[in-house]
Amino acid sequence: MTSMTSPGAKENFALAAETAAVSRGYWTTVWTRLVRDPVSVGCALVLLLMVLIAVFAPWLAPYDPSQGTMLKRLSPIGTEGHWLGTDELGRDMLSRLMHGGQMSLLMGLMPVFIAFLVGTSLGLIAGFFGGWINSLIMRTTDVFFAFPAVLLAIAISGALGAGFVNAIISLTLVFIPPIARVAESVTTSVRNLDFVEAARASGAGNFTIIRVHVLGNVLGPVFIYATSLVSVCMILAAGLSFLGLGVRPPVPEWGLMLNTLRQSIYIQPWISVLPGLMIFITSLCFNLLSDGLRSAMDIKR
Amino acid sequence: MFVFIIRRFLYAIPIALAVAAVCFSLVHLAPGDPLTAIIPADAPAEVVIAIQQAYGMDRPLIVQFGSWIQRALQGDLGVSVATGRPVMGDIALALSNTLLLAFAAALLGFFGGILLGGLAAIYNGTWIDKLATALAITGVSIPHYWLGLLLVIIFSVQLDWLPSMGAGPGGSSDWRLDWAHLRHLVLPAVTMCFIPMGIVTRTVRATVSEILNSEFVTALYARGLRGRRIALHVAKNAAPTVLSVMGLQFGYLLGGSILVETVFSWPGTGYLLNTAIFQRDIPLLQGIILVLAMFFVGLNLLVDVLQTLMDPRIKRG
Repeated sequence: MTSMTSPGAKENFALAAETAAVSRGYWTTVWTRLVRDPVSVGCALVLLLMVLIAVFAPWLAPYDPSQGTMLKRLSPIGTEGHWLGTDELGRDMLSRLMHGGQMSLLMGLMPVFIAFLVGTSLGLIAGFFGGWINSLIMRTTDVFFAFPAVLLAIAISGALGAGFVNAIISLTLVFIPPIARVAESVTTSVRNLDFVEAARASGAGNFTIIRVHVLGNVLGPVFIYATSLVSVCMILAAGLSFLGLGVRPPVPEWGLMLNTLRQSIYIQPWISVLPGLMIFITSLCFNLLSDGLRSAMDIKR
Repeated sequence: MFVFIIRRFLYAIPIALAVAAVCFSLVHLAPGDPLTAIIPADAPAEVVIAIQQAYGMDRPLIVQFGSWIQRALQGDLGVSVATGRPVMGDIALALSNTLLLAFAAALLGFFGGILLGGLAAIYNGTWIDKLATALAITGVSIPHYWLGLLLVIIFSVQLDWLPSMGAGPGGSSDWRLDWAHLRHLVLPAVTMCFIPMGIVTRTVRATVSEILNSEFVTALYARGLRGRRIALHVAKNAAPTVLSVMGLQFGYLLGGSILVETVFSWPGTGYLLNTAIFQRDIPLLQGIILVLAMFFVGLNLLVDVLQTLMDPRIKRG
């Protein structure tokens, strides 16, 4: 919804594609630059920790996330035994936040990942073959660009109905067009470079040229772009759940928790802040990490 | 240039048609018959057919689409399944509220963004730059519905300074310019201004610092120009890019307000869309999406044309 179509983005990605072809040790250089950036390393560690906590939540969490005691409803933060308090059904907040990471992270990453696969393929085909194939694919993406992303996601989800799978489908559909657009512009700029011409002159077929010469140069810039979409996707996915269009109760998920706790802001305001804080921290880390990756890959500076 | 503008106008027509087709097909994305919401499960077959005929659902899809477009062009977007009222009236009222909120948020966000981004570019590398960049990245990373909730907790629940719900006192939905109504606008507008502020800050910072480093600015300094006159040159060069970003952001504000409107019960299109989704009121859903998407198409067109008029370097075609 936000940084998907900044002007000049195309040119930047095209430049990145050219530098990518320069040297063999490119990825090693990028990696060294990335691990020297304290912000990126910090964000990567926070995200790693979140993923680990989410994966091992069944063993780490002190309580069952779906089992509550009505007597202990909405205990404040700092209550003994429930040091992050309890929710409106008396379930332990810490345990629910730990388990909630599973769904929230999955719904933030999976749509972008699928869209990355599909969008890159479409963009490669459109950019490499050009002509009417390009027109067909790119004019179709133009139609999706005519909708604001949030509206499109909510419209598709609203029509399909609530549920995990439907939310994933609608979010994926939202992210395919922008990724395809970036992949197409990078592919078009790579296709006209001399080494592709040389490969063709030495008798390489389309498939070989794409696989050996084009793909490696396109994946990098498109990957960076896709990482910048993860934070948007996290916010949108939790937003769908917040509207009641994502996962259904009693599954712990940060957006849904935010929705149900919203009714209790006059009783225990600060508890309802917690799930949103988790979404915020995750999305901030993904954004900062993506920015760090982008400047690490920008070797010119 | 005029050739480009005319071509751009002509290109908007197929886009608008395709957008309408997507909105129309939303009905058929929905599981089950679009009329399940109003046909009782045990209704006899002839009643079902009668209702289908009344809504025109028995004809081929392409015919339905054609007549839907034709009626939409005349301002008739069908009848709400839930209320039986024409959809258009409800949408028009809601749209005016959404536009009001979007304008307020855009005003705050664009002003803040230009100020922050400009300062960051001028004081490149200093703490001002770092603060502006940090604010910008926070603006784009924060889930705005959560920010809204946070503001409600602080300013309505704890401090009791500002109202948290509705567009006016007593749930009135017709807006007037007075303090009682403005109070209701503050929190949702501030909530929504953060994303455009972040994006505009980033754009202005990048564009202005690039211009400040360009040769012609050095030449201007060499000729003895200072302060305000340099700023005028920089602003003229940065304007097309910044304007196009602001145009897009305004469109996103219109379409993206649904979550914030839900938090604040703001009687706009987002809130109406939410109602439509949960009552499975497909004509209403279709109508809102169509109107908002058409606004967005028009806005994109306007931005492109303005950009071409402002920047003679752009020769497209």
